[in-house]
Amino acid sequence: MVGFSFSLPKRWQSASVWALYAVGLLPAAWTFYLGATDQLGADPVKTFELFLGLWTIRFLILTLAVSPARDLFGWNYLRYRRALGLLTFYYALMHFTVYMVLDQALDISMVVNDVLKRPFIMFGMAALALLIPLALTSNNFSILRLGPNWVRLHRLVYIVAAAGAVHFALSTKVLGLQQYIYVGLIILLILYRSWRPIARSHKRGQGRERRRATAIAS
Amino acid sequence: MPAYRPPKIASSEITPQQLYLRRREFLGAATLGAMALYGASKASAAALSVIESKYTVDEKTTPLKDVTTYNNFYEFGLDKGDPAALSGDFKPLPWTVKVDGMVNKPGTFDVEALMKEFPIESRTYRMRCVEAWSMVIPWDGLPLASLLNKVEPLGSAKYVAFETVVRPDEMPGQKGIFQSLDWPYVEGLRLDEARHPLTLLAVGLYGETLPNQNGAPIRLVVPWKYGFKGIKSIVRITLTDKEPKNTWQVTNPQEYGFYANVNPEVDHPRWSQATERRIGESGFFGASRHPTLPFNGYADEVASLYSGMDLRKNF
Repeated sequence: MVGFSFSLPKRWQSASVWALYAVGLLPAAWTFYLGATDQLGADPVKTFELFLGLWTIRFLILTLAVSPARDLFGWNYLRYRRALGLLTFYYALMHFTVYMVLDQALDISMVVNDVLKRPFIMFGMAALALLIPLALTSNNFSILRLGPNWVRLHRLVYIVAAAGAVHFALSTKVLGLQQYIYVGLIILLILYRSWRPIARSHKRGQGRERRRATAIAS
Repeated sequence: MPAYRPPKIASSEITPQQLYLRRREFLGAATLGAMALYGASKASAAALSVIESKYTVDEKTTPLKDVTTYNNFYEFGLDKGDPAALSGDFKPLPWTVKVDGMVNKPGTFDVEALMKEFPIESRTYRMRCVEAWSMVIPWDGLPLASLLNKVEPLGSAKYVAFETVVRPDEMPGQKGIFQSLDWPYVEGLRLDEARHPLTLLAVGLYGETLPNQNGAPIRLVVPWKYGFKGIKSIVRITLTDKEPKNTWQVTNPQEYGFYANVNPEVDHPRWSQATERRIGESGFFGASRHPTLPFNGYADEVASLYSGMDLRKNF
């Protein structure tokens, strides 16, 4: 277990967070390049739109997996959670932008109509809207300023996850294997969160010891 | 029934003749990259001898590469690229279609024999998918009415039911734990729709036999209906007096009906049907949304089939 919780020398740690932003944005940049140079198949706009949506789900799952990974396996990636959360937001925003600009060609009335009439789009919009306050408060200043309210505010991410999962599940004509896997993971992570407070109070002492052990081992 | 008056547009206005004659060369160059992907099915494509027909549209045809790499054919997988990538093992020939039910002369017909018996017409139709994208495809085929006349439907027959082949060994989408749909894929038409001169049994596109991913060796094309009505790789056609089930209606009756006529006024519950994205037209930028036309632009020919019907209820 300890092996997974590798720790970088201190001076590399903040660089590794920036590297995560760069690597995280690469899939979008590369696919945008493919689309712009006509290498994205017959329906490039739809392909790009769905690609960005799928990566939003992937980063959302990674973000939610950070604390269970620490609790259950002792892998401590807390340092990267903010970057993962913000990448989720950036991908959601790009997903929406492509829908609005490239897909609907900025036809605002069409977009408003879609949002008001179609539950599947409503869930997606709700998730994006709730991500905005989370993204705006993802900085040290807000954490200090908001104190315990920051934690309460950021529990919204579980509502975002549920809405995102519904949006994803409703988006196609039939559910494929891929959707079962992603939606299943999100459900597991939400369930874990509702179970964790109890589990934690039982294990508090153990967890602390293990972390101390980890610290010594590294 | 009023006589069909085609729009007066020569096919040469759509594609200059010298380009049309060089189409293989051009398409060959354009599709080199994609060849590896669907090489197996390309290899089996054979040139058809076709006659021109009066049925065409005044719009640019969708490039062959897009027509053959962007497909919904769940028997091969859910992804639009799956049918092209995963249909290499499918054997479209030899092939027979069984025609039975309420007919005087039921029979089992060899597709290659049908292609010799009936003239194969080249017809360019708009194709509108229920997912709000569209193409313009030069099909080659025979009117379904020709085959129906041959088997002589009984007076009591009111509907025509169609069935796709089931071959899990050749069609990976029919194999495994997660089955997207119940097989076989089934579709249906009212007999008057089936006999309408626009309704085509396609055996080719762009002058060559159908690639596997497009429903080889024989498929239905009903241009005024959403694409899912165009059942592929047909093995059975049954005349009946009851409205047949169709796969998508069975799978999700809230979203898909029996008629599935293209109608910009009746939205899909999850998206608008007022406009469509024309595949292969503009690439990434300057999204090419076209207004969707009632009956996909074939209202003059087919609207009378539905006079007096509530098209919101019979979607």
